[in-house]
Amino acid sequence: MTDFLISPTPNVANQTLGVLDKSLSPRQMAFKRFLNHKGAVVSAVVLAIIVMFVILSPITTRYGINEAIFKSEAGKFNSDLAPRKAAWFGTDSNGRDLYSRLIYGARVSLLIGLFSGIFSVLIGTVIGAMAGLYGGILDDLLMRVTDLFLALPLLVILVIVRGALGNISWVTSIIGDIKSIRFIVFLFSFVGWMGVARLIRGQVKQLKEREFIEASKALGASTPRIVIRHLLPNAIGQLMVALTFSVVGAISAEATLSFFGFGPDAGSGMTSLGLMIKDSKAAVPGGRWWMVIYPCGLFIIISLCINFIGDGLRDAVDPKLQVSE
Amino acid sequence: MFRLVLRRLLWAIPTLLLITFVVYCALRLATNPLASYARSNPRIAKQPAKMAQYVERNGLWNGLGGYIRGYFHWLGGFLTGDWQPSIKGSRPVWPNLKNALMNTLRLGFVAVAVSIPLGLALGVFAALRPGKLRDTTVNTGALIGFSIQPFISAVLLQLVFSVLWKRWFGQSLLPTSGLYPPGHKGFDLLLMLKYMVLPVTVVAIQGVASYSRYMRASLLDVLSSDYLRTARAKGISEGQVLVKHAMRNALVPIVTICALDIGAIVGGLIISEAIFEYPGMGRFFLNAVGNGDFPELMPWMVVITTSVILFNLIADLAYAWLDPRIRLD
Repeated sequence: MTDFLISPTPNVANQTLGVLDKSLSPRQMAFKRFLNHKGAVVSAVVLAIIVMFVILSPITTRYGINEAIFKSEAGKFNSDLAPRKAAWFGTDSNGRDLYSRLIYGARVSLLIGLFSGIFSVLIGTVIGAMAGLYGGILDDLLMRVTDLFLALPLLVILVIVRGALGNISWVTSIIGDIKSIRFIVFLFSFVGWMGVARLIRGQVKQLKEREFIEASKALGASTPRIVIRHLLPNAIGQLMVALTFSVVGAISAEATLSFFGFGPDAGSGMTSLGLMIKDSKAAVPGGRWWMVIYPCGLFIIISLCINFIGDGLRDAVDPKLQVSE
Repeated sequence: MFRLVLRRLLWAIPTLLLITFVVYCALRLATNPLASYARSNPRIAKQPAKMAQYVERNGLWNGLGGYIRGYFHWLGGFLTGDWQPSIKGSRPVWPNLKNALMNTLRLGFVAVAVSIPLGLALGVFAALRPGKLRDTTVNTGALIGFSIQPFISAVLLQLVFSVLWKRWFGQSLLPTSGLYPPGHKGFDLLLMLKYMVLPVTVVAIQGVASYSRYMRASLLDVLSSDYLRTARAKGISEGQVLVKHAMRNALVPIVTICALDIGAIVGGLIISEAIFEYPGMGRFFLNAVGNGDFPELMPWMVVITTSVILFNLIADLAYAWLDPRIRLD
């Protein structure tokens, strides 16, 4: 590491020249750095394929969500079948095609992750930016509240907040029943904004001391203008990273809650990755491996992809952290 | 230092009171203790006089004022050792809670003892050759570890090591549930460790992943610092530079992270415990939530928040003690 500082290798010198040659904008440079992160690029492609499968679910699925597969042989049950031509990934204990259900389940999980992530980032950005900008009581309050929430185990907080919100009738009349997907998204946003707020608060505190902010203040820019035109564009990289981690956090949280029976309701003709993993637990003693391997595998692939993309984004927006070159 | 400790300890008390008050209100709302009581005792539920008596005895008044009064009623009982019996079965809470706590501590400390050395070693291993194959491997491995949530690794390990193993080799390799085989009495270290292998692995996967990343980042930070170049310029051997200068400084932030993690053990093993039917704090919590058992949940929350606050304090003090640049006075 330190060798570079003393004697730049020809390789490094060439790179510097290349940058001078073309003079890329910071955003293009970040994009280039992202493309250099092989894991992130591969993950983006894999995730795109999964998303395509989910979007095109009318074409890609083979059976309806609660539809049992066709009878393969007369006189034989079609439940708990190992993978075969009629059901590529086998069937569950109700004779439903696991492959099709995985696509339906991924659809719900990804939607929950995406919406919870977006809402968490929106709320967290507003509160974090205000706390970082104004400081004072709001800042202290934010730090105390987030300290409290981040200190306790996430599952405990989710279960208790879920119970508490679900028992207030005017809340459930707005955000839906405790078993609905809308409620889950609200719950995750309610708990998830804090990490984002801390991140943005730190970023804003750091940025607001910089000269260009002082310059625009001196030019008479209003506070909202400074926030929207100067602070947030400079924090956009951090925001993207926060978004990816919020999404993967929400997907994992949904799976955890569903696994313990606190998740969305399976009765209303939907399923999610968490609910399918919950079913897989019951399949372990019987050794029905296909019911375990495929849902767990898909879950790991999805969260690994999003984690990798987040990692690549973080390296791309913060070149200081990147040591691998 | 002494004044610092004293002041932090004094601050911990109002924090604890505030948190328990918030938790009290949230739990009152979430579990609705009166309804749970009525559900468990349908005969008493038909007698309004007895129900009113239960409300008075346990301080379950409604409204904002009622919650505040109820909190102090609960706090008084809690501090004087006059704990309410559990709703389900009307048992005393403390013996069960103590058992659960001891079991969880046992599991947690084994998991920490495995994951901290392993994670730190991997982090150092990766940081010594940044950008090379071993670095990429450790980094990718850590990301994969992060992505395997505990309940997933638990289900997969159960499938492979007990069910499929039995199918392939005739008998299962590792037991999947409990603390001892059914009917076992007394203490048996080897047997206990055998039953701990899978739960500990599940907890350790995420621990190793995060420690290796922290350690790698911290060591890389130190390795590029000026004082390390000075140490090299003095002409000390590379091994001495690494052990005496780099490692010691890189470990300072790691110590605080470890302290925080140890504080989180008490309430943080819920998933692993629930799946392996390990009779610890996690099982206790899930059972109590299932029964809406408010008198069991409150002491449980007090125990885990106390542990978190205590180890937060220890982390702060350790940081101040190890790094003279940060004296929080």
